[in-house]
Amino acid sequence: MANLVWLVPVLPLVGFLLTGLFRNYLSKGLTSMIGCGMILAAFVVSLLIFGEIRQAGAQAVTVTLFDFISVGKLSIPFAFLVDQLSVLFLLIITGVGFLIHLYSTSYMHEEEAPQFARYFSYLNLFVFSMLLLVLGSNFVILFIGWEGVGLCSYLLIGYWFKNLEFGNAAKKAFIMNRIGDLGFLIAIFLMINKFGSVDFSEVFSKAPGTAVGYLTAITMLLFVGATGKSAQIPLYTWLPDAMAGPTPVSALIHAATMVTAGIYMIARSHVLYDLTPVTQTVVAVIGLATALLAATIALKQNDIKKVLAYSTVSQLGYMFLGLGVGAYTGAVFHVMTHAFFKALLFLGAGSVIHAMGGEQDIRKMGGLRKALPVTSITFLLGCIAIAGIPPFSGFFSKDEILSAAYGKSPVYYAIGVFTALLTAFYMFRLYATTFMGSFRGTHDQEHHLHESPPAMTIPLMVLATLAVVAGFLGIPDVMAPNAHLLGNYLSPVFADVNSGGIPGDTASGAELSRVAEWGLMGVSVLLALIGTFVAVSRFSKKPELGEPTGFGKVLANKWYVDEFYNAIIVRPLGLLATFLVFFEKNVIDAIVNGVGKLVQYGSRQLRLIQSGQVGGYVLLMVVGIIVLFLVELFIKK
Amino acid sequence: MPINYYIFLAVTLFCIGVAGVLTRRNAIIIFMCVELMLNAVNLLLVAFSKMQFNMVGKIHPQAGIDAQIFVFFIMVVAAAEVSVGLAVIVMMYRNTHSIDVNFLNRLKH
Amino acid sequence: MGITQVLFWFLSIMAILSAILVVISKNPVHSVLWLIVVFVAISGHYILLNAQFLAIVNLIVYAGAIMVLFLFVFMLMNLNSETEPQKNRWLKIAGVIAGGALLLVMVAALKRADLKTQVAQMNTGDIGLIHNLGMALFHDYVIPFEISSVLFLSAMVGVVVIGKKD
Repeated sequence: MANLVWLVPVLPLVGFLLTGLFRNYLSKGLTSMIGCGMILAAFVVSLLIFGEIRQAGAQAVTVTLFDFISVGKLSIPFAFLVDQLSVLFLLIITGVGFLIHLYSTSYMHEEEAPQFARYFSYLNLFVFSMLLLVLGSNFVILFIGWEGVGLCSYLLIGYWFKNLEFGNAAKKAFIMNRIGDLGFLIAIFLMINKFGSVDFSEVFSKAPGTAVGYLTAITMLLFVGATGKSAQIPLYTWLPDAMAGPTPVSALIHAATMVTAGIYMIARSHVLYDLTPVTQTVVAVIGLATALLAATIALKQNDIKKVLAYSTVSQLGYMFLGLGVGAYTGAVFHVMTHAFFKALLFLGAGSVIHAMGGEQDIRKMGGLRKALPVTSITFLLGCIAIAGIPPFSGFFSKDEILSAAYGKSPVYYAIGVFTALLTAFYMFRLYATTFMGSFRGTHDQEHHLHESPPAMTIPLMVLATLAVVAGFLGIPDVMAPNAHLLGNYLSPVFADVNSGGIPGDTASGAELSRVAEWGLMGVSVLLALIGTFVAVSRFSKKPELGEPTGFGKVLANKWYVDEFYNAIIVRPLGLLATFLVFFEKNVIDAIVNGVGKLVQYGSRQLRLIQSGQVGGYVLLMVVGIIVLFLVELFIKK
Repeated sequence: MPINYYIFLAVTLFCIGVAGVLTRRNAIIIFMCVELMLNAVNLLLVAFSKMQFNMVGKIHPQAGIDAQIFVFFIMVVAAAEVSVGLAVIVMMYRNTHSIDVNFLNRLKH
Repeated sequence: MGITQVLFWFLSIMAILSAILVVISKNPVHSVLWLIVVFVAISGHYILLNAQFLAIVNLIVYAGAIMVLFLFVFMLMNLNSETEPQKNRWLKIAGVIAGGALLLVMVAALKRADLKTQVAQMNTGDIGLIHNLGMALFHDYVIPFEISSVLFLSAMVGVVVIGKKD
């Protein structure tokens, strides 16, 4: 079955080609059928592969399709690596992807048929690229997928390209990503230079004998790539702007899948990271800083999607923290649970926006609980999950990362838990402002409030179920020994970092005493509950509607990071560009025009030699003869 | 006589012709200087013909005769050229009442 | 120094001096007369080289017919030293320098040529005699000879067309 893995990416590719090439001829129904059907088929194939690979003792399989690049000693095959990690991601991508496709058929229904087909073709192309990313058996194939998802992200953010602001957001995302991609690319070149190969297995087997400095350079550059794609400091600012795209796109690309590519990449190359403690520290610190920063910003955002976007950035920070402290299983676990509850939250937000007729400002909502019961309940489940209240999924994954962080340094833990408090607070602020209290929108909007059609609510319900139960895949040892199903499943991949406790977590809770671990859990749950109650009690009746002041204003303006970037990067670059334009116009053009003018002037002067007087011509002729003779006499030999 | 002497004589005559063409403005004098140059070349051709005959005449009794035939043809062509050239000069004189070549600057336009 | 050498040097100096006088004479008629002297000197050279036929033709065609033509034209135009247009002094100097430089350069170029041992045969050799030239002309060169008659015809027609008053 694993040999048929090529079907998984090919199906969405076929879907992309069909919907993309025939978009002017396909009806919306047919487009939806193709778009969703292909992803569903891919999901089924993934499930079959999963059934094979999850059996104990299943070996990772490399499926080589053809030679991609073959230059001298360097050979890069176009090959897929099927192991526990990639299959897990296959399931997440195709599963969540299918639900979001399904949701989109209803959400995007107001678009015209060709635009509708364009949307689905992009979405399919995205799924294809993402699958390529996780399936590639070497860094180059991974990079192809990496670039592909970046492109699709750009196309989908700018889906409504007639709006200039959306187009700018798309460009911002693309450029930010490119900065990271450059780091990734350089890392690949360094690998080729050092190892002569980009194959995962070969690189990892050769890595232990390499100088740590060199490895640090590679891992740092890879991490630069990850910060771009996964929206970490300093390259995170594109993600909130990326909310310009349609909401399902935000759910799929900018919450569930693409932004986790960085986590996947680092988890995949954990062998390298384990060898470079410096980079690990950097990853952990950056992740933590991002988590905290984004959480503080999310406190004061009023756009429903912006809150979720910053929450995504914050959660991604958690995942990087997990990677940085060596809790690879925990990070992947959190990727999975996050994919479920964040997709759920985004789709719920989409449902709200749909019902509100495009309104995204939560200050103009309120009391939507009655009008949108399904959305409201599922959204609440998502909020509980992300806040980390047991027994919902977020609790387990977040707790695993936090306990691993405590194992490394209590400071990590303290900041992480504080961020968790903030998370609970802003999520319930969002929930309370949106769904509780009384309706604050216009009368027209109130009249049109309606629950979304089944195509939208069914994915919500499925995702809500997953968000609730997915946590039980990773029950920590302290609750029930050897119940961490995900850890056991992933153990072959992270076998080399297995140091007891949860497989795959070097600094897992097993090193702590049971009491301490229960204590840690208790603290985080307690803080989450406090955050929840404070937020609900404060915002359900009397939401903050005015403009924020003081420190709140700084937060609402995102710490002025965008302005800061504008000042130190964009403006100087703009000035440089202006200068270069000036230089181009006044120096380069002047030289070019000067040459032309010189020739014109010179020919105008030379023209006067043509006096028309025969004597002059004869004289010149004789001079020419003399010169020829002289040349013949003195120069030739 | 050594052939060098003939060469220098012919070159000298030729250069005097050139200097004449360059210094004079009278069209007919210029024309005459051209004739002078032509004759210098003729003289050299005849001298070369005799040199050639001196070298290989014993084996090839007709050696060098071609050069003299050429001289003959040059004279034929020169005669024709002079008749036409003088006609042109007369024509020019009739139009401008001068034979100054500096008036002939139509090439400029 | 035999009679041939004496004659050679005499004729050479005569030719060069007369040529210079052709160029520097103010009066065009004098120029024509000095040119005739040059042609006579060149004919003398032809005789020294035992090319009698060319010597005679040169005298008849150049010194006789062509120069008479020149004289006629001068007389028709009534040109004399007063009507001679004067050239710019600097242009004259430039012309003389150019001519002199050409002479120098050519002499320099030919000095290096490997011709010192070659000798032009004087007095003897029968290729310049009219018998041999006539045989060559009417055997090997009969077609160019006939074509040259066409050339003359066309030159004649041209002269008539140009000289016609209209």
